[in-house]
Amino acid sequence: MNQDAFDISLSLFALIDWHGFFFLLFAAIACIAALMVVLTDNVVRMALHLILSLGATAGLFFLAGAEFIGAMQLMIYVGGTLVLLVFGVMLTAQTQLVALRTPASDRVLAGILAAALLAVLVQAAFSIESWQKSGQGIVSAPTATPLGMALVGVRVDQSAEANLLDAKGGYLLPFEIVSVHLLVVLIGAAYLARAKRRRVPRPVDLMASVDSVEPNSSVDSPSTVLSGGSE
Amino acid sequence: MMLALLGVASVSHYLVVGAIMFCCGVVCMAVKRNALGVLMGIELVLNGANLNFVAFGSNYLAADGRSPLGLDGEVMALFVILLAAAEAAVALAITLNFYNNHATVDVDRADDLHG
Repeated sequence: MNQDAFDISLSLFALIDWHGFFFLLFAAIACIAALMVVLTDNVVRMALHLILSLGATAGLFFLAGAEFIGAMQLMIYVGGTLVLLVFGVMLTAQTQLVALRTPASDRVLAGILAAALLAVLVQAAFSIESWQKSGQGIVSAPTATPLGMALVGVRVDQSAEANLLDAKGGYLLPFEIVSVHLLVVLIGAAYLARAKRRRVPRPVDLMASVDSVEPNSSVDSPSTVLSGGSE
Repeated sequence: MMLALLGVASVSHYLVVGAIMFCCGVVCMAVKRNALGVLMGIELVLNGANLNFVAFGSNYLAADGRSPLGLDGEVMALFVILLAAAEAAVALAITLNFYNNHATVDVDRADDLHG
């Protein structure tokens, strides 16, 4: 009797389309978290929802059979870029800056425009018939090796008998360009964010800080405080 | 349960998820006054585009088991991830510089070049 119940539950377990189930799960998390990023004013919560959304996107990449891209999404995006963003939030999180509000009219206008854009995009997404068929469920080979070979210029995923001129090229040159780009960007970011000597403010800045005694900017800026002490 | 969920993952569904993330990112870029919020909007937009690249390049989702884009979609997604990381580093450095000079991250106050 107990065995029968186990068999029935096992067959039910096998009946469920787990790929579709996890797709719906990850898609719902990604979309709802993306909506929460827009709807929240608090920048700390926005960062949290963005992490959720990008993590669920990594799940979608895994489900699409792009396991290397999913891993890179988790490592570079969620592990690197978002940590950078969270550090930025922490470094700039003053109480009056955490929740900057936008006028409601701007929000409504942006919402209407985004809804129109979304309608166009969704209509385009369902406009082509072959896109709507679900896949054969053919599990392809791991993609890390073909990706790595493509980045050094060899396309092992292309058929060998294809003409060299017909075959799609590798990605050696873009790979080099991206590498140099990353190096330049790292140097540039380090240069921009370096610790600077204390700057003597221009008279315009001082006047502006004296003028703006409205309540939302009542906390003195660090630079004006420092420069005020130096003079 | 099976009928409700069967065959739900196709390229079109990935495109819809990507479109929603894209639109959320566009609104985020337009509406947020915090410079870091604008950055998060950019990340969302890039991710929506990435989702489309991966969906078009996926053999698993292709109707005939072999997508025309093949590996190119995944390579492009990889480049987008790398460039997004680079862009976030530079934009964060600029934001911190702006914060050091102006003591705010409100993009509406970044009007020094205003004539």
